[in-house]
Amino acid sequence: MTVAQTMRRKLEAEFAPLELTITDESHRHAGHAGARAGGESHFHVAMVAPVFAGLGRVERQRRVHAALAEELAGPVHALALALRAPGEGQ
Amino acid sequence: MTQTPAHERIAKDVAENDVVLFMKGTPAAPQCGFSATVVQVLNHVGVGYKSVNVLESVELRQGIKEFSSWPTIPQLYVKGEFIGGCDIVREMFQTGELATVLKDKGVKSA
Repeated sequence: MTVAQTMRRKLEAEFAPLELTITDESHRHAGHAGARAGGESHFHVAMVAPVFAGLGRVERQRRVHAALAEELAGPVHALALALRAPGEGQ
Repeated sequence: MTQTPAHERIAKDVAENDVVLFMKGTPAAPQCGFSATVVQVLNHVGVGYKSVNVLESVELRQGIKEFSSWPTIPQLYVKGEFIGGCDIVREMFQTGELATVLKDKGVKSA
C-alpha cells in the first residue's frame, strides 16, 4: 500500500469525511531537504468532515496530525492541510 | 515534557518577543517554501518579528516540535500564543484574522 493509500484509510476511519482529496506534491519539492526519490514525502490534504464544526484551526490540524502521527514520524516530511466543516466556504 | 536547553531557549524567545517565527533558513534566505510563505505574509502585514532558524541545530528543530506539540515547521507565535503553521497563517491573512489578532494583542506594526 502506498503512503497516500494508508493515509486515506486512516483519515476515512477517523473522520468519516464527506470529501477527501490527497495530493502528492513531492515533485514540487524535488531535490530539497526531506524530498525522497519516488515522491510521497510532501502531501496536500483537503478534507470536509462534520467533526471539524466548532473546532478552531489549530485543533483541527492537531486531530489530523494525531491520526497520521506514524506517517509524520516517518515518510511524510510536509503535510499541508485544508480542513473544513460542511457548509464552510473554501 | 522534559525540559531541555532547547525548550528553555524557545520559551525565552517566545516570552521576550511579541512575534516569533520558527522557520527553516532566514527571512532573507528561506530554505523551505512553507517558511518563505509565512515570511511573505509577515512582511506584507508589516509587523516586526524575531525569526529563529531551526536548521541551526537538531535540538532546536526537534525542540520546537515538542514545545508546540506540532510536527511541522514553520511555526508562528504571537504574544506567547501558538498561532499555527503555514496553512493557518495564510488562511488567517486572507480572511483578515491575522491583522485582527495582531491588533487585539496590541502588537505594533514595524
